[in-house]
Amino acid sequence: MEWLPDDVVGHLSKMIDTPDLTGTKYELIEEIGRGGMGAVYLVRDSHLDRVVALKVLDSAETDEFATARMLMEAKILAALEHPGIVPIHDAGTLADGRFYCAMKFVKGTRLDRYAASAARSDLLRVFTRICEPVAFAHVQHVVHCDLKPENIMVGEFGEVLVLDWGIARYEAEPGGLSIAGTRGYMAPEQIRGTFEARSDIYALGRILNFLMPGSNVPKALRAIATKAANSDPGLRYASVPEVSADIARFLDGQPISAYEESLAERAARWIAHHKTLSALLLTYILVRTGIFFAIRR
Amino acid sequence: MNKPVYGLILGGILGIFDGLTAWFTPEVRAGIIGIVIGSTFKGVIAGVCIGYFAKKVNSLPLGILFGLAVGTFLAFLIARMGTENGNHYYFAIMLPGSLVGAIVGYATQKHDVKMGKRAVSSVG
Repeated sequence: MEWLPDDVVGHLSKMIDTPDLTGTKYELIEEIGRGGMGAVYLVRDSHLDRVVALKVLDSAETDEFATARMLMEAKILAALEHPGIVPIHDAGTLADGRFYCAMKFVKGTRLDRYAASAARSDLLRVFTRICEPVAFAHVQHVVHCDLKPENIMVGEFGEVLVLDWGIARYEAEPGGLSIAGTRGYMAPEQIRGTFEARSDIYALGRILNFLMPGSNVPKALRAIATKAANSDPGLRYASVPEVSADIARFLDGQPISAYEESLAERAARWIAHHKTLSALLLTYILVRTGIFFAIRR
Repeated sequence: MNKPVYGLILGGILGIFDGLTAWFTPEVRAGIIGIVIGSTFKGVIAGVCIGYFAKKVNSLPLGILFGLAVGTFLAFLIARMGTENGNHYYFAIMLPGSLVGAIVGYATQKHDVKMGKRAVSSVG
């Protein structure tokens, strides 16, 4: 018996994985990503002459569960029309029996890479933009369940998109949750097999921690992340808008709900936020004091 | 509250406090009431002018500069009058006066007129 060389095996495996787009309006350009259940391809929509991202299940994953899961993702994306959520254009079954979803092709930088070079204030603004689609989804009773920097894209024009709703669920979905998510971003209750909207708030807290590494992070900011990522869901923020409101208050130099600051901290925050006025008042006091001593002399 | 009214109130209040600092100068302490009245009047006039400027020109640096100029000018007019014994405290009056003008300039530029209007419309 003769063994096939590795490169031939690799080529055959790639040929098997390549989706059969016969009979569709899509023309394969290249593979752009691969996940646990399938791959994402860059394809051209020949009818509309535009490139789209085609998410296709692996040939080995054509079982009912995987298909149902991806169909659920497609339905959730179709229900969630929001500028911060990647829109779905089409879904169906390919000639080879694999389920697919055609989505907008998002150009940009993943948050984990973007964070390496962005300023803190920019990252906080991006963070508040992440909160918007998540809050919108929660209003529709959808929980993302896998929020992490790798699933967030910062577009060329500063737009922020939350991706990969593959394990998103409706809050009222019956039955236990199979453990899915990403270690480090999964809420404790999610690991135990349950979930709620506050599970996403936990992940947001962890994302905020990721965005603010190091020891020179302001206490107020650290407090927001700590409250959001509290292991007890009852002690977390009650809703995503509450998290973003605290971030907005921090950016505006206002006191936040997650942290009780001392008088000195309050004064320091006020001075930091009103530098010009503080400088004017200080100058006035110095001038008055100077005049007082000059006249006495 | 529109900017000229805001400037008027703030200028008046700061004028009172600026005038009261004369208490620390024993030579003029006896005439402190007149000083406070004069300082308040100066603050009110400066406040209205600076507030009106802020209404027309939306620029923090220009607002501060205009406040500084108005404060200096009005303080100069007061300093020129001199005290009863003929002394002129140009620096002691003009320097703090100009700074008060600058503070009013800053505050009127930062004052958000829309916030007040929004509150009224939400009630109505």
